[in-house]
Amino acid sequence: MSGAVSALPAASPRAGARAAPDMPYIPEVEACVHCGLCLNACPTYRVTSLEAESPRGRIYLVEAAVEGRLAVTPSVADHLYLCLACRACETACPSGVQYGRIAEAARATLGPPGRPVVRAVTRFALRHLMPRPRRLRLVARLIAFAQRSGLATLAMRVLPEGLRRSVALMPPPTLPFYASEAEVLPAIGERRARVAFLSGCAMSLFFAEVNRATVRVLRRNGCEVIVPRGQACCGALNSHNGELDSARAMARWNIDAFPTDVDAIVTNAAGCGAAMRAYGHLLKDDPAYAARAEHFASLVRDTGEFLAGLGLRMSPRPVAFSATYQDPCHLAHGQKVRTEPRALLASIPGLVLREMDASDRCCGSAGIYNVLQPEMSEALLREKMEHIRATGVPVVVAPNPGCMLQLRYGAARYGVQVRVVHLMDLLDEAGA
Amino acid sequence: MDLAPLTRRLRAIVGEPHVLYRPDDLIVYEQDAIMVNRHLPDLVVLPGDTAQVAEVVRAVREAGLPIVARGAGTGLSGGAIPETGGVVVVLSRMTRVLEVDPLGRTAVVEAGLVNAEFTAMLARWGLFFAPDPGSQVAATIGGNVANNSGGPHCLAYGVTGNHVLGMEVVLHDGSVTWLGGVTWDAPGYDLAGIMIGSEGTLGIVTKVAVRLLRRREAVGTLLAVYDTMDSACEATSAVIAGGIVPEALEIIDGVTMRAVNRTLHAGFPEDAEAALLVEVEGVAEAVPTVMDRIEAICRAGGARRIQTASSAEERLKLWKGRKHAYGSLGVLARNAIMLDVCAPRSRLAEAMRAVAEAGRRWNVRISNFFHAGDGNLHPNLLFDFPPDDPAFDRVMAATEDILRACVQLGGTITGEHGVGIEKREYMPWMFSARDLDAMKRVKVVFDPDGLLNPNKIFPIGQAVHGASPRAPAAVPGGAGPAR
Repeated sequence: MSGAVSALPAASPRAGARAAPDMPYIPEVEACVHCGLCLNACPTYRVTSLEAESPRGRIYLVEAAVEGRLAVTPSVADHLYLCLACRACETACPSGVQYGRIAEAARATLGPPGRPVVRAVTRFALRHLMPRPRRLRLVARLIAFAQRSGLATLAMRVLPEGLRRSVALMPPPTLPFYASEAEVLPAIGERRARVAFLSGCAMSLFFAEVNRATVRVLRRNGCEVIVPRGQACCGALNSHNGELDSARAMARWNIDAFPTDVDAIVTNAAGCGAAMRAYGHLLKDDPAYAARAEHFASLVRDTGEFLAGLGLRMSPRPVAFSATYQDPCHLAHGQKVRTEPRALLASIPGLVLREMDASDRCCGSAGIYNVLQPEMSEALLREKMEHIRATGVPVVVAPNPGCMLQLRYGAARYGVQVRVVHLMDLLDEAGA
Repeated sequence: MDLAPLTRRLRAIVGEPHVLYRPDDLIVYEQDAIMVNRHLPDLVVLPGDTAQVAEVVRAVREAGLPIVARGAGTGLSGGAIPETGGVVVVLSRMTRVLEVDPLGRTAVVEAGLVNAEFTAMLARWGLFFAPDPGSQVAATIGGNVANNSGGPHCLAYGVTGNHVLGMEVVLHDGSVTWLGGVTWDAPGYDLAGIMIGSEGTLGIVTKVAVRLLRRREAVGTLLAVYDTMDSACEATSAVIAGGIVPEALEIIDGVTMRAVNRTLHAGFPEDAEAALLVEVEGVAEAVPTVMDRIEAICRAGGARRIQTASSAEERLKLWKGRKHAYGSLGVLARNAIMLDVCAPRSRLAEAMRAVAEAGRRWNVRISNFFHAGDGNLHPNLLFDFPPDDPAFDRVMAATEDILRACVQLGGTITGEHGVGIEKREYMPWMFSARDLDAMKRVKVVFDPDGLLNPNKIFPIGQAVHGASPRAPAAVPGGAGPAR
């Protein structure tokens, strides 16, 4: 009964643009029993209603490719890259399928997403900018210059629609960038813990104030904070976008740079926390690093999680406003941290937490996804802003740089009057 | 055959993005939640409304291709697999809630609406849609109707069919009609009743008018832990013999509880062989009294421990563990067949002994979680090889032993998952040739050309995994169904 489709437009404008790579065997695929309970948890399935844009469908594609029943065409790559890697399916999956690992392994075969030019630019940035803090700072300075000099405004007038959106999404770098005044910052008062802090690339460049607030809160709560000089970006963007080798190099770099005789390695960025917790898996085949990576990963904590566990030293000052909490995907789904940040918010007297609908559904930021997949990203952001609007609160707490940038852009674009802040901002303001 | 003209016509009807024809877009529709059969569709179409479904049906019929309706693809009997190729019509885009009458407690919804989303949306009126299959977080109302789906709470509330008032159906020729009504009874033949459980072989349901129930004031949930499956089964009958019909009465075996604990942290006991999950609903004053009586009955029947859910979270955790148990089988094995069979509740312990014996005899690992109150068993046959491996014969042999035992005890070969591909060869165990012929004549009235979901329900001499069947056509000593 099977027939051929003829006289139809080419399957994809990029069809045949490059030879189909082989899909390697990915053991995590085997745990999937195709029950479909993940479908409705997947943001891209909810928008498209398409099986190929669902976790079960994508796993099926990978499986079929591994079995050699399906060629890995650009169209297959499109399905695997329309995935946000939000890992909501992992929360939904009764079999504990580690979809994030499947996505990373499959994408490593495909290379970075997008059309050839985008691919090349992305690959260059991932290989040559992300691992180099100084080069990243230079780029951020250029962005700051463009924004202040009016170049960005000019660009908004002359650029085509698609690129205009990217310019609008471009966050204002915070000058001066975050740089700790010393490698070891002593605890204020009696020392209760010793932590190493990943200052992060996006956090240092675009949210330097949040980093400063985080360090203040940690120190006030009795933490000696070590900010290792030699640290690099965690490598999350690399592993999510088909650059596992450079991600491994960055993991090794950080493992060498960080002390491990600490109570925790903390980060205030959900994406970085999830990525560093995966170092053990990432380097499992590297005999020189496997054990160290596993140990490093076991020390990683989100700052909210760590502080909630440590307990605030004193009650924060009372405030008088309500707020809603956006679960960053890589905190709720990637690290299973949901109650701790809420507990910290609840510890601020006078703060009323009003939950939004689907607070653990992706806002569409997803690393560089919002730039590479504008349509899907906007669809998710629009829904998210409606959920936030419905709560009527003036403050949204979203402890992850990507979410904060996206929600700020969304608030402006959809006219929702909210201040988007990091959990550490609120704790710092309340004197915790 | 050249599919281009049909593809063009379908694109004109539903819009370009909603007709799928690339290998990668099609291959994900070659299977539903069954793991031992698959077949590639020729095309997949996702219509946006009833008018489009009707036009699609006309176009595909004129092309002479089979039409297979699909919701979310969570079915376990292979009902949505296009075994003879053709066009899969996916209703997942049709998710509108068209009408809710909170006072009259009825609603009209499109077939692609997800069951759990519907019930969540009804919460603002304190109402819910009673059928709650384990797959409800993804399964669609249309799929529930097509399979007459059950669920844990169907013990008290009845299965999907008990909650459907009427439906809009696209017939084989593309005409659109309403069967039944939006009132509780309609004059004339119960044609809506024929559509319920017809698995897409008689028409495509596009809208459903349903009854809604009001949430009760109070709910009590307890888990009674047993050292043997026998005593858990006996406790099931003892509860009902004690004059109590709980809203749900489920059994979960030790293997399943340990698996679910690993992925969902359900909080089940780690060292028990079986547990009874009981839920009662009612007015606040009555629930504690009933719970006390159930607890006493369970203890008298040898329950080693009783665990009562003390908060809504604890209750949800237990239910999540139960409802998502099928999905957790991936923890136990690479492949699984989840059987769906029935035995009279009074003979539950015998049926479960037969299940265990089949597993021992054919060396197949089996886990169990099921609707004990309904006598609806779900033995899960676990294996690590593909269905084309010779070892799969053992799985089929164990399957048949279990089916045979249930039929001999006076039960049936399916409770709620439908016949689909999985059970078609066993239909003669339940029905005589004349019975089946009568059913086929109904099918012909609705589908004279045999294009609606072919190869389903009726035996065709092909086993679930595509091989020639082992199943003998004779009824193995069963009394047959109630007549």
